[in-house]
Amino acid sequence: MPTFNLKINKKSHTVETDMDTPLLWVLRDQIDLVGTKFGCGIGQCGACTVHVNGTAMRSCLLQVSQAEGMGITTIEGLSENGDHPVQEAWKEVDVPQCGYCQAGQIMTASAFLNNNPTPNDSEIRNAMHGNICRCAAYNSIEEAVKVASKKLS
Amino acid sequence: MTPSKQITFSRRSFLKSSVLASGGMIIGFNLFNACKADVEPPVDISQLNFNDFNAFIKISDEGKVTIFSPNPEIGQGVKTSMPMLIAEELDVAWEDVYVQQGVLDNKNYQRQVAGGSQSIRHGWLPLRQTGATAKQMLINAAAAKWGVDASECSAKQGVITNATGETLGYGDVVKEAASLEVPEDVKLKDPKDFTIIGKGKGNVDIDKIITGKPLFGLDYKEEGMQYASVLRPPAFGQKLESFDDTATKGVSGVTDVIRFGDKIAVLANTTWAAMKGKNALKANWEQDSEAENTAFHDEKLFEILDSKELKTLRSDGNVEDAFANADEVLERTYESPFLPHNCMEPMNFFANVTADKIHLVGPIQTPAGTAKRVARMLERDESDISLEMTRMGGGFGRRLYGDFAMEAAEISNLAKQPIKVVFSREDDMSAGIYRPATKYRFKAAIKNGALTGYQMRQASINGNMWGAMASFFPAGAVSNYKIDVGNYRSNITTGAWRAPYTNFLASAEQSFFDEVAEALGIDRIQLHMDLLDNAKRNTDANIDYSPERLQGVIKLAVEKSNWGKTNEGVYQGFSVYYCHNTHVAEIADIRLDNGNPVVEKVTVAVDCGVVVNPLGALNQIKGGVLDGIGHSMYSDFSFKDGTPQSNNFDSYQLIRMGQTPKVDVHFVESDMDPTGLGEPTLPPVGAAVANAIYKATGKRLYKQPYMSNMPLEKVIG
Repeated sequence: MPTFNLKINKKSHTVETDMDTPLLWVLRDQIDLVGTKFGCGIGQCGACTVHVNGTAMRSCLLQVSQAEGMGITTIEGLSENGDHPVQEAWKEVDVPQCGYCQAGQIMTASAFLNNNPTPNDSEIRNAMHGNICRCAAYNSIEEAVKVASKKLS
Repeated sequence: MTPSKQITFSRRSFLKSSVLASGGMIIGFNLFNACKADVEPPVDISQLNFNDFNAFIKISDEGKVTIFSPNPEIGQGVKTSMPMLIAEELDVAWEDVYVQQGVLDNKNYQRQVAGGSQSIRHGWLPLRQTGATAKQMLINAAAAKWGVDASECSAKQGVITNATGETLGYGDVVKEAASLEVPEDVKLKDPKDFTIIGKGKGNVDIDKIITGKPLFGLDYKEEGMQYASVLRPPAFGQKLESFDDTATKGVSGVTDVIRFGDKIAVLANTTWAAMKGKNALKANWEQDSEAENTAFHDEKLFEILDSKELKTLRSDGNVEDAFANADEVLERTYESPFLPHNCMEPMNFFANVTADKIHLVGPIQTPAGTAKRVARMLERDESDISLEMTRMGGGFGRRLYGDFAMEAAEISNLAKQPIKVVFSREDDMSAGIYRPATKYRFKAAIKNGALTGYQMRQASINGNMWGAMASFFPAGAVSNYKIDVGNYRSNITTGAWRAPYTNFLASAEQSFFDEVAEALGIDRIQLHMDLLDNAKRNTDANIDYSPERLQGVIKLAVEKSNWGKTNEGVYQGFSVYYCHNTHVAEIADIRLDNGNPVVEKVTVAVDCGVVVNPLGALNQIKGGVLDGIGHSMYSDFSFKDGTPQSNNFDSYQLIRMGQTPKVDVHFVESDMDPTGLGEPTLPPVGAAVANAIYKATGKRLYKQPYMSNMPLEKVIG
């Protein structure tokens, strides 16, 4: 099996796996970073969102061979102490119900706010539309993005 | 509710309190007799054990408190709210409390079930008593140390104080307390002295959730564990004839292929390899029973609605006479599809079956029943089984059924190694235990401007009615009243789905009442208030709702929503419902955007008694409303030749942020014992939306999802 060198949360990892393996499963099964979640496997739900060179991407669709050489950030590496403004906002608003989709929601929101720190309501709703929350905590997610935006600006 | 209660524990209710080798003490109370369920459970599932449960408190020498939350956490917030009840009466600072999920423990916990919105309702007194008893023991220990009478001492925020002002922390006296007798009676706090109950407390797992720590079943790993991906019959009614695993065995990482019954498990050292291996299997299936289509189900259900041989669940007066003598008879039929649960975390379970023990780990709403079934299946003693509950990425009823845990145990038993079964989304959606497709036909008799007869007939796949529901509104409010049910027995598996039985019934019924009000020429709100007045006067009637509390939520929703006084272009729809012991009224505000309805706001009035955790309560209420809107408007699920026609989120729509309104929640102030919130706000909302759409468009909606009978834009992410 081929080996790949990955840069995840500023650390280097060498993994041996088939080249078509999605980054999601490399993270979860081989590098023990299980914060990135499996929801659909076809890029529809956003639970597996990570940052690739700062851009939010679906790790279930990104093959390990394509991820080589990229700077990958997962929920575990978003901040050193869980104190990224988006994480703090999520805590302040008490967003999670079951909590399963929230890593993906936080990764989408943090990449979005990085590009647009002071979004309006419809920009927030558009940016977060790709992330499904089955508990439908959408009102709280929306509020938390606004709280995070205030913290960032 | 009496403000403060003297509770007497019988001696046999005491389990143990003991000094821990590691320091501190543990107090366990068997509250087996303190919390008998006095009503029939709303979820009629054999493995549900609605008896009682107990709780453990562990206090360290430093005074830190660990509370084991006995019930499974599926996102409904009990891992926070149940320990709040204990901590309140124990009287400790919430900041000093550490909450840990209890493991399955048949001897010491009872009713370790998440379902039916019953956890808080059943836990309200016993959990408070547990905390209060522990507090009294700590006070008694301090009093003995000081050589004073316990009645001269008090405790607050983890500190015991005597008459002279001396203090001792809980941690200072835990060892002594653990060896004391358990007091026979303890006094519960007056609700006005609550410092934790009624104050918003954040999710106890929040730090782990926002930093991606392992919490869920899918995150669980053990050394040497193999991942198992399972190929199941692609259609209901099929069984496995033969298969070829040549290609599968060529997939790198695949370690074994095991047939069990009509399924094939592919074992591999990563999830991806297991899934790839499963996709490479070539299987031949044979038809074993009927290959059913949605059109076939529709035909069967209409035959049932038209037939005379339904089972009558309740009959008051004589509806036939009422219809025969009516000035006008209104009859409408409402239809709903099957629905998959689609928990965000797909079904999964870990099992390690060895000669001397069986270890099971994963997300499950019914740990006790599942352990029993595994023991029976493998012909093992139940005492061989240990089961650990993980946090669940949603439940919605799907995790009441332990089919995935049974699969894991069966595969591990055959493979003789630790394995974890992981469903793909496609597996999860097509090997479902669905909300049954159901049709309701309502008939109203109108005479001299009054509702004189009311009949509801249900036709459902495999059954969708719980007997006591026949005593929900409008039972007791209409003198001639009849509820009939009939079912078609299908090979498609069906079961409880969030707010079982009522999730569509409420929508159908409350849409029908909108038409009844129109036919009567009475204001919609007035019709309900009048009918509830009838129910109040009819004191002999056997009803399972409170007309006063329903009127209370109606008044509150009307007031808060500015009913009838909205801006131009905003249309309002009303709905009110009682289920899962909670009374809810909802008013939806919609607007038309290019002819498409957009739900802008839903005003919710809730009477759930005391609100234990306002933050958690708001989450449940808002989530329930948006979940209800999503499934009534967008989510469709059909079958062709026994095969589900959607199996992932590209062909099945769940509600997304852009489609969600603001949910504005108001509580009826109450000191009544608390009732659950995981379900009751979901059922009524479909009707609130449908009734608003009618006002905006003049079009009545009879079939869910509403998207299927009007031009709602389908949005996929």
